[in-house]
Amino acid sequence: MSLPTTPSQTVGPYYTIGLCRRPDNEPAPDGVHIVGTLLDGDGAPINDGMIEVWDGVGKQWGRSGTDAEGRFEFRIAKPAAAGDDAPHLDAYVFARGLLKHQRTRVYFPDEAEANERDPLLSSLDAADRETLIAREEDGALRFDVHMQGERQTVFFAV
Amino acid sequence: MTELETAIDTEVDIHTPDYRSTRLRAPKRPPVILPERSADLEGPVFGDGLVGELDYDLTRQHDGEPLGERIIVTGRVLDDDGRPIRGALVEVWSANAAGRYKHEVDQHPAPLDPNFSGAGRCLTDDDGVYRFITIKPGAYPWGNHPNAWRPAHIHFSVFGRAFSQRLVTQMYFPGDPLFEFDPIFQSVRDPRARELMIAKFELAETKEDWALGYTWDVVLGSGSNATPLDPD
Repeated sequence: MSLPTTPSQTVGPYYTIGLCRRPDNEPAPDGVHIVGTLLDGDGAPINDGMIEVWDGVGKQWGRSGTDAEGRFEFRIAKPAAAGDDAPHLDAYVFARGLLKHQRTRVYFPDEAEANERDPLLSSLDAADRETLIAREEDGALRFDVHMQGERQTVFFAV
Repeated sequence: MTELETAIDTEVDIHTPDYRSTRLRAPKRPPVILPERSADLEGPVFGDGLVGELDYDLTRQHDGEPLGERIIVTGRVLDDDGRPIRGALVEVWSANAAGRYKHEVDQHPAPLDPNFSGAGRCLTDDDGVYRFITIKPGAYPWGNHPNAWRPAHIHFSVFGRAFSQRLVTQMYFPGDPLFEFDPIFQSVRDPRARELMIAKFELAETKEDWALGYTWDVVLGSGSNATPLDPD
């Protein structure tokens, strides 16, 4: 019989003490620059959130807290495609007020064909798909995360 | 089935309006089920290089010793088949003995302790065992509702083998009178599951004339998130 798993609790407002003691957000300093804002249901920036990204193909991991404007950023090599999957990063969102982290994915705008074939993206309607694809902006890739609302980012069961 | 035989529901209710900050932050649309093989995605592996030799001991990070009740917190990181997870990165953070975090946002008028930063990390050994030496953190007030106080707790962050085994949680101390008033603790629906977040006092881990011992095991999921819920 399997053991009951330990329940999740929020990271709370003071997670930087334990989790952001040093910068972990540039696994590849010469890689692509991903920037985004974490937003609540009123569209207000969440200044005490944290994003972790993971490239399971290239084994790159990164973590970024959000700043006073709710902003997070990474420099990471663009992941390779794997099988039918378009290049993407797996990601977790953590925040005060979020009792369990939320899982999502970051896809790339210059991979239209691969994105078209991607089993996950192709299972979503256009509006949902759009929440998972970063967009080009000023030489960087912008990936905003909306926790709620019309444009809520697609989150996955964990 | 009798009540004793029902499986423990270990889910936290992300929509816990009594915890006010959930209202604008917890996603309202149901989560999407990922394609099955995503469940087995391996997670990041952290090596010894990340962890300093004394990072497990929060009482030896400064010139002097922190004030408070010195404690040992130890346990195993397991998967839900009971298998130990070795090399798991465990990160902890907490308030000091007076209930104050070393963080600019924390305005609780309790003293900071120059000898306590409140952060530690370690990797589990071959038996999945982690071990920290720290001080027992204090309860502290928060602005959630009138006269709101958090029960004493240590924040834990754990990476398993699979990406989907990631866990961030809080470890509580036995017998805390604040449990029943704390919407974060109560956000775990099944009272039996709340018990899984409470450490046990353990005389066998207690060091004579030195520190009280607490044990607390962390159980991560199987790494599979793709099993649809039983439609019944």
